[in-house]
Amino acid sequence: MSDDRRATVPPTNPSDPFGQIGEELVAETDEGPQELQDRGDTSAAKLAIEEGSFLRLPEGLVLDPGDIDVEFGEDETMIINMGPQHPSTHGVLRIMLELEGETVLRSKPVVGYLHTGMEKTAEQLTYVQGATNVTRMDYLAPLHNELVWSLAVEALIGTEVPQRATWIRMLMTELNRMSSHVMWMATNGMDLASTSMMIYGFREREMILSFFEKTTGLRMNHDYIRPGGVAADLPDGWEDDVMSIVDTIPSRMDDYDEMLTGQPIFKLRTEGVGIIGPDLAIAMAATGPILRASGVPWDLRRSMPYLAYDEVDFDVIVGTVGDTYDRYAVRLNEIRESCKIVRQCVERMPLGDYRVQDKKVTPPPRARIDESMEALIHHFKIFTRGFEVPEGEVYTAVESPRGELGCYLVSDGANKPYRMHFRAPSFVNLQTLPPLLRGGLIADAIAIISSVDPVMGEVDR
Amino acid sequence: MADVITADGPATHEAAIPLRQRAASLAGLTDIPATESCGQEVLFPRLSEYLETVTALRDAGFEMCVDLCAVDYLRHHGRPLPTGVEPERFEIVVNLLAITDVRRVRIRVQVPEGDCVVPTIFDLYPGTENMEREAFDLFGISFDHHPDLTRILMPEDWEGHPLRKDYSVGRIPVQFKEAPGPR
Repeated sequence: MSDDRRATVPPTNPSDPFGQIGEELVAETDEGPQELQDRGDTSAAKLAIEEGSFLRLPEGLVLDPGDIDVEFGEDETMIINMGPQHPSTHGVLRIMLELEGETVLRSKPVVGYLHTGMEKTAEQLTYVQGATNVTRMDYLAPLHNELVWSLAVEALIGTEVPQRATWIRMLMTELNRMSSHVMWMATNGMDLASTSMMIYGFREREMILSFFEKTTGLRMNHDYIRPGGVAADLPDGWEDDVMSIVDTIPSRMDDYDEMLTGQPIFKLRTEGVGIIGPDLAIAMAATGPILRASGVPWDLRRSMPYLAYDEVDFDVIVGTVGDTYDRYAVRLNEIRESCKIVRQCVERMPLGDYRVQDKKVTPPPRARIDESMEALIHHFKIFTRGFEVPEGEVYTAVESPRGELGCYLVSDGANKPYRMHFRAPSFVNLQTLPPLLRGGLIADAIAIISSVDPVMGEVDR
Repeated sequence: MADVITADGPATHEAAIPLRQRAASLAGLTDIPATESCGQEVLFPRLSEYLETVTALRDAGFEMCVDLCAVDYLRHHGRPLPTGVEPERFEIVVNLLAITDVRRVRIRVQVPEGDCVVPTIFDLYPGTENMEREAFDLFGISFDHHPDLTRILMPEDWEGHPLRKDYSVGRIPVQFKEAPGPR
């Protein structure tokens, strides 16, 4: 395939009559074996993956997950590219599909277009700077990234953050979950040709982002949750802002119910489309709404509570069928549950410090710097050199809007992580695409890709 | 459609389970060196025991392989390890999760520099496909019998494995207009 393409690149650059630049460019971007190959060039094991047969019996037999038997003539199939610039792929996701007519026979996601080496970068940044780096991974849920990073660092230092910091973190991440899910509803509506949903979703998200801007100074990539607490206390009058959000959103959810949930076209597009059962979802390590929609009541907030989730009252939303409609319903109702948690956060927000008063971990209050030389030194040290973290390794996980977001952190005792690895839920969830897409139509593929909710910043890191 | 599990459902906490009753003894793996790191159980099987350890843990109820990654310990060779574990340059770190029993376990396998070949656990946990490809791509560790061991994040013709410690940062010049040079 690459040879054919190379031959068709004409030497268009006048300063490069032999077309060497063009050829080099092709050679650099050519991904060869990463792509979906013709059936003749594909091994049986690879073919099984691309067809979505993942579950295996101990004897080496292959179970077809959906028992979908698609009839096709060998010479009538074609391989097409979807993405990386396709608007329905939510970023630069590229999916190669083998089609027969409009039916998808095989598929393979090709990722890496947004890879910026953030795990390598993290090894060059101090623990103080680290949150700025990780917040850029999942750009729709930046606070969750900061949270899992901070929890990992705090576990290694052995710091206990004050109660107020814990509850602020919970408030902010739940608001973030709402904004992320609302954003998903918007793009999902767009993919299913409901353009008004797109506008409505962005409208709701805007409310939450305005509050984030007021609190953290930025709408995205906040660097708000830091090791030792949060960067700043909540602004004056935050209760009113938050209450106006949680008073507005549920009524808007009812509007969505009216517009999408019971709507015949929407149901036709989503019901029974892209079914994944609990066995396959667990085997594929899918987490978050995909796993819960398939009927597994697994939510880290409930099962392995972090922050103060064991003290608040909320329900875990679980689907039954595991189709695109269930994934939609799970997310829609999770927004309502998040509203419940946010309300409890407002009611029960404890007074006190918003970060741990440890001079080695958090900077001193601004006023202290003017009067104390020592405070100035601590401030300077923290922002230039950071702090040292004891030798060790830890894996922390939180429930991000897309599933289990994990951070594996190795420290060698220096002020920079020796190794930081993020378990990105989108990256793992993308593997469920081949079994979900097989046997469906291209139009269904759009709905299914959207329902998996990949965020490419997190996939490629 | 969407069922609801009420707040009265089971809420088990990992820390409540004492260490010895944890995964290793459940799976009959008491002879494998184990430690506790920040309250998390870590097992250190040898590379030759890796596959059977994972199999035993899966049979003991660890349904999901949540995460698999590699670490290059080139500059931190003297890390603390339990007795009987010889440090090697690379480590494969596998995080397993038991959904029914609500617990986690971590496996750290030493992989020698000269022969970075690890058996794949794709057949046990198909969800590790992407993760093993990532570890191969960024560390150059091969996974034996992995069905599709190609680069996943870097381009196919990339030279080197970027997350190795001897792969320096900034060796490819960044073309900012007025940048004086590498940082």
